[in-house]
Amino acid sequence: MPDARPSPEELLQRVEAEERQAKRGRLKIFLGYASRVGKSFRMLDEGRRRKQRGQDVAIGSIQSKVGPDVQGLAGTLEIIPSLKARMDGKDDEVLDVVAILKRHPQVCLVDELAHDNPPGSRNPKRWQDIQELLDNGITVVTAVNLQHIAEQQDAVERITAKRAQQTVPEAFIRSADEIVIVDVPPHDLRQLEPVSAEQTRRLSELRELALLLTAEVVDAQLRQCLDREGVEVFLGSRERILVCITPRSHAQRMLESGRRNADRFHCGFLAATVRQPGLSQADAELLESNLALAREMGAQVHVLDATDSVGAILEFAREQGITQLFVGHSLTSRWRELLFGNPLDRLIEASDAMDVRIFPHPASP
Amino acid sequence: MTSVPAPKRGRFKIFLGYAAGVGKTYQMLEEGQEMRRKGMDVVIGYFEAHGRKDTIARTEGLEIVPRRKIEYRGTLLEDMDTEAILKRKPEVCLVDELAHTNVPGSERLKRWQDVHVLLEAGIHVLSSLNIQHLESLNDQIWQMTGVRVRETMPDWVVDQADEIVVVDVTPRALRHRLERGVIYSREKAEKALENFFTEQNLSALREIAMRHAAHEIEDKLSAQEEAALAGGAQTALSAEGPKRRECILICIDERPSSAVLIRRGRRVADYLRAECIAVYVSPDPALAHLSQEDREAVERHLGFARNLRIRTEVIEGQDVAASVVEFARAQHATHIFMGRSLSKGWTDRVHGSTLNRLVRLARDMEITIVAERRR
Repeated sequence: MPDARPSPEELLQRVEAEERQAKRGRLKIFLGYASRVGKSFRMLDEGRRRKQRGQDVAIGSIQSKVGPDVQGLAGTLEIIPSLKARMDGKDDEVLDVVAILKRHPQVCLVDELAHDNPPGSRNPKRWQDIQELLDNGITVVTAVNLQHIAEQQDAVERITAKRAQQTVPEAFIRSADEIVIVDVPPHDLRQLEPVSAEQTRRLSELRELALLLTAEVVDAQLRQCLDREGVEVFLGSRERILVCITPRSHAQRMLESGRRNADRFHCGFLAATVRQPGLSQADAELLESNLALAREMGAQVHVLDATDSVGAILEFAREQGITQLFVGHSLTSRWRELLFGNPLDRLIEASDAMDVRIFPHPASP
Repeated sequence: MTSVPAPKRGRFKIFLGYAAGVGKTYQMLEEGQEMRRKGMDVVIGYFEAHGRKDTIARTEGLEIVPRRKIEYRGTLLEDMDTEAILKRKPEVCLVDELAHTNVPGSERLKRWQDVHVLLEAGIHVLSSLNIQHLESLNDQIWQMTGVRVRETMPDWVVDQADEIVVVDVTPRALRHRLERGVIYSREKAEKALENFFTEQNLSALREIAMRHAAHEIEDKLSAQEEAALAGGAQTALSAEGPKRRECILICIDERPSSAVLIRRGRRVADYLRAECIAVYVSPDPALAHLSQEDREAVERHLGFARNLRIRTEVIEGQDVAASVVEFARAQHATHIFMGRSLSKGWTDRVHGSTLNRLVRLARDMEITIVAERRR
């Protein structure tokens, strides 16, 4: 367990980071799951409303192929012309970072976050241009499609069989101060010809992915907010499953169920064991193979050191915000229970904030 | 009369938000306007302006069906006039606040029931909903925010929508809107900012709304897949062979915590795409052994479960653990859900608690003791 109390150095670093953050411009991202969901419109509309409220807004980059409503909106705002370039025989546009920094608007609107600049540009990627604007205190509002997030490429490829050429790292998306999902049912995509059932299915899968990614980002922001406020335990916004592993429990059955449940809930999946002193060679090997299985099935594995295993598991579960605790229960004989007490009863007694799911298994010899 | 075929059910679209003021009504009206421009016959069946100027402006040119006035104990109350809408028979009807409870004296208890009547009559409905009104989230939201939402709606109403659209703004933008007095009056806004509309509450509700929308999309996709499989079509996924459907058996008792148990069982069943049955074990099927108060409580819980489309059964038996497991076997249940109180009941030194006996008898099942939600 990491020590929760920060050292003076850490505190200083935190203060410095906060100061940097305070001078930095804010990054706001509109995320969509396909083109034509209306991201550019939402981005420009935000610019229009900010201008109405008296903020100094300028457009740094706007797509050339846009509908009349987007064009209309863009016409109401100042545009800082982008640099013209040629890339792969096609006309290309590069954000004019120097001009934007010189003009220094309060808010700069930049369409198409995932954009590779031609060789010889100031930065290879547009997100790096944006980073510069942010570092110089300019707030940036931008838009991106799920397909263009580097770490989402595998998932997207499974659905569409395509990979995007120009991508932006997910860490940059997660660094956004604010993220907004632009959600439209596949049915309502703008200017689209009628879509086939197969296309609708693909679009729905992408849409789900975009919603889940945004939920993750929102969750990370929520955790930061809870940290700031000093809230230690906060349940309710997401599920988290913890499977308790012992040498003799039916680890396979519990982990399979845990995996299936975690997949359905799209939630965290953890496994933990408490290292017992004096474990026999055979049990130690069983435990190792159970933990290996847990890792193989994608669980985040934790080994805890404690003499009181029930207490240690519960404390760990609370710290981790677990909502479903999976435990094996050995069917020991009744006289043994009467003599030594029943750990299950104790566990349930003390774990009222989470569901306890019990997997019966035969008693150890 | 009998020769008239029933009209094709209207399409049902829900604009889902995570709090008041995110712009659900605005977007719903916007879409209504768009449909009108395309030449469709659109009316507003019910609309709550909350004095928001931007929103009111979006109703311009849309016909509003006048509200029905109902006198109740000397006061004149207003609500949606479903009969008048049916008579007017538009192609599309906009109905704000789906989870609303109708004023006393209305034909139906809940607005979503009126919406069903409209849909059955072949009218397309656009409606708006905040996530906190979903029944299965009630305990979670209370635990998170300290607010017990009274107006709730069974989750299956949302499942029946043809489309759900997430209307999203950031909590920061929403709080700014509140501060500017766009959503509520200044005084109400200040209170809201301190209580329900805190950054952490809003973020949590927002996360839940997104996850729920994702779940609904996934659910529709799997239903389509299952239908395709049933139709004989081979997909890559069928390689695993058909999986046995899971089934959750919820054991209720007369205690108030049974409501928490039922909601939780329903929610987990929805995510696992499992069947769901609620049972009460009683030595007397007529529940005559219970006090009137307890009998009413049990009946209320069973009714609540049925409302959430959970099958209910009263099982005759003296021994809770044995009766439950026997019934579970017969139903091919894979899960048993129970509350802490029931699990502890019937303890004796020879046989142990109900839970311990249940665990011994139901070795092939997963037994879940549901959390007690507290604040």
